[in-house]
Amino acid sequence: MEILANLGLGFETAFSFWNLVYCLAGVFLGTAIGVLPGLGPTATIAMLLPVTFGLPPETALIMLAGIFYGAQYGGSTTAILVNLPGESSSVVTALDGYQMARKGEAGKALATAAIGSFAAGTVSTILIAFFAPALASVALSFGPHEYFSLMVLGLIASVVLASGSLLHALGMIVAGLIFGLIGTDVNTGTLRYTMGMPELADGISFVVLAMGIFGLGEILVNLEHEGQRSTALKKITGLMPSRADLKQIVAPVTRGTALGSVLGILPGGGAMLASFAAYALEKKASKTPERFGHGAIEGVAAPEAANNAGAQTSFIPMLTLGLPSNPVMALMIGAMIMQGIQPGPSVIEDQPVLFWGLIVSMWVGNLMLLVLNLPMIGLWVRMISIPYHYLFPCIVAFCAIGVFSLANQTFEIWLMGIFGLLGYVLRKLDCEPAPLLLGFILGPMLEEHLRRAMLVSRGDATTFLTRPISAVLIIVSVLLLVSILAPAVRSKREEAFVED
Amino acid sequence: MQGYRTKDFWAGAVYVALGLTAFLLGKGYSLGSAARMGPGYFPMVLSGLLVLIGLISIARGFLSGGEAVPRIHIRPAVLVIGATFFFAATIELLGAAIALPAALIMAAMASRLFRISPFAMLGAAAFTIFCLAVFVKGLGVPMPMFGALFGG
Repeated sequence: MEILANLGLGFETAFSFWNLVYCLAGVFLGTAIGVLPGLGPTATIAMLLPVTFGLPPETALIMLAGIFYGAQYGGSTTAILVNLPGESSSVVTALDGYQMARKGEAGKALATAAIGSFAAGTVSTILIAFFAPALASVALSFGPHEYFSLMVLGLIASVVLASGSLLHALGMIVAGLIFGLIGTDVNTGTLRYTMGMPELADGISFVVLAMGIFGLGEILVNLEHEGQRSTALKKITGLMPSRADLKQIVAPVTRGTALGSVLGILPGGGAMLASFAAYALEKKASKTPERFGHGAIEGVAAPEAANNAGAQTSFIPMLTLGLPSNPVMALMIGAMIMQGIQPGPSVIEDQPVLFWGLIVSMWVGNLMLLVLNLPMIGLWVRMISIPYHYLFPCIVAFCAIGVFSLANQTFEIWLMGIFGLLGYVLRKLDCEPAPLLLGFILGPMLEEHLRRAMLVSRGDATTFLTRPISAVLIIVSVLLLVSILAPAVRSKREEAFVED
Repeated sequence: MQGYRTKDFWAGAVYVALGLTAFLLGKGYSLGSAARMGPGYFPMVLSGLLVLIGLISIARGFLSGGEAVPRIHIRPAVLVIGATFFFAATIELLGAAIALPAALIMAAMASRLFRISPFAMLGAAAFTIFCLAVFVKGLGVPMPMFGALFGG
């Protein structure tokens, strides 16, 4: 059993002292920052990225992954306690979770979320361990044609599955691709779009882009809604769900996990789509659908399981193909590149310690969340009630110091400020910035594969359609694009993102 | 709704502006051929595509109306972004011990709820000390404590 040997290696890595410490630190910091109002997982990871640059690659990724699910859990906590979903995937959790909290069952709702997430995390971790190597071995035979088509499919799918306007998502991707071009062209050494600034020769750091657009941009949006937050908290009592409660959530958690695992692999807000779909499914499956929206425990358990499963399985395309399915994975890929690891199917073979260590640590991290967070709920509650006007100046300062430390120069701070402004304006115009980040990360790879494929085929663009795998990928992309323009699918898609 | 006040119109304008800038700056890069793409090939394709998307968005703004651009809040944007610029501009001259708390207060003024008070000052000072301890002392970020103005 090769997988047992691999998992053994993973356990060895994940349980090494410093990896455990950094995993714990990641989970703790992620949750702590995740419960703070107005900070989602993307901004949290972007902010903490510079901290991990000095670490060995596997430790850095273990910590970042810990931050990711910590921040997700933190988002669910605020959703339940104060009806403020920290990120889009916990919007659904707020529906019934907050109602439970109002009925005095906040503790039970939090425990349900934690247990559901842990169960889902365990199952999806096993899924990754089994399927990722298989997928990677298929991907190893991919040439530049297949990669180019796969990236096109990934980008198109992320547009189709994301909420919001199709046209703007496309626009943001292309804008992101263009930002990704800035710097030295690897094939010819030509400096592109550097405008004579030597600081741009290596391109824009994705940390600067993410902190500007997601960190500062979000602050400016949040400042508009100031004073509308109700932070009236009730005392939390009765943490543990009863045996009857546990029995009631088994089926919803199972269904949520299954749905989330599948949807998480798909590009474009997998976790978010998963939680919406799981909630809808539970409501349909329930004998008492009228309880939903009034504090139904299944309405917390299923979406929480689904979004955690989705968050975990979104690592599969990232680790096996080097393709990000959401902005958080885009940041992970950026972090890997900064660590000198080229993401792609060879990561599993070349970096077994990193790959298997990361997978086992995902499970360890989920366990830490379960064990740590319930006793520490008092601390999280206190953090939720920090007023935003004391908080955001500190975030601005962290971002500024963080980007300064990238190259120890002020250039990055200026650039971050400009992107912050751009992020704010784009948000005001209903242009979601997530596709921009995906395009930015994929841009250089997309161009490289396009050039290589065209070189091999001597400039014949039909090459993408004459190679079978590539052709299938392109056809699926086209079908996706066409289908979303069809009125029936379109209305269904809009429906899927409406919470009722 | 007049077309030029819609979100679609302005989003399209942003795309066209970005696309045109990319086109004009990238004009000089050699295109190469389809088989041997030069550094200019991909940028030209992308900037053309972005301008096209922008034009469609502008047209949609005029044709189907849609929502108007909501109010852009200038004051918080100027103060928050200004604070980062201020920090970038003064860190070498003043040093982190002065530039950081100043930037903090400047950013904080973007909030309607913020008042300059002894408590806020104390908070800014405490946070500055925390940052200096963690980043400069702890993680070794080479940021001057006291800048050139103070002989640092």
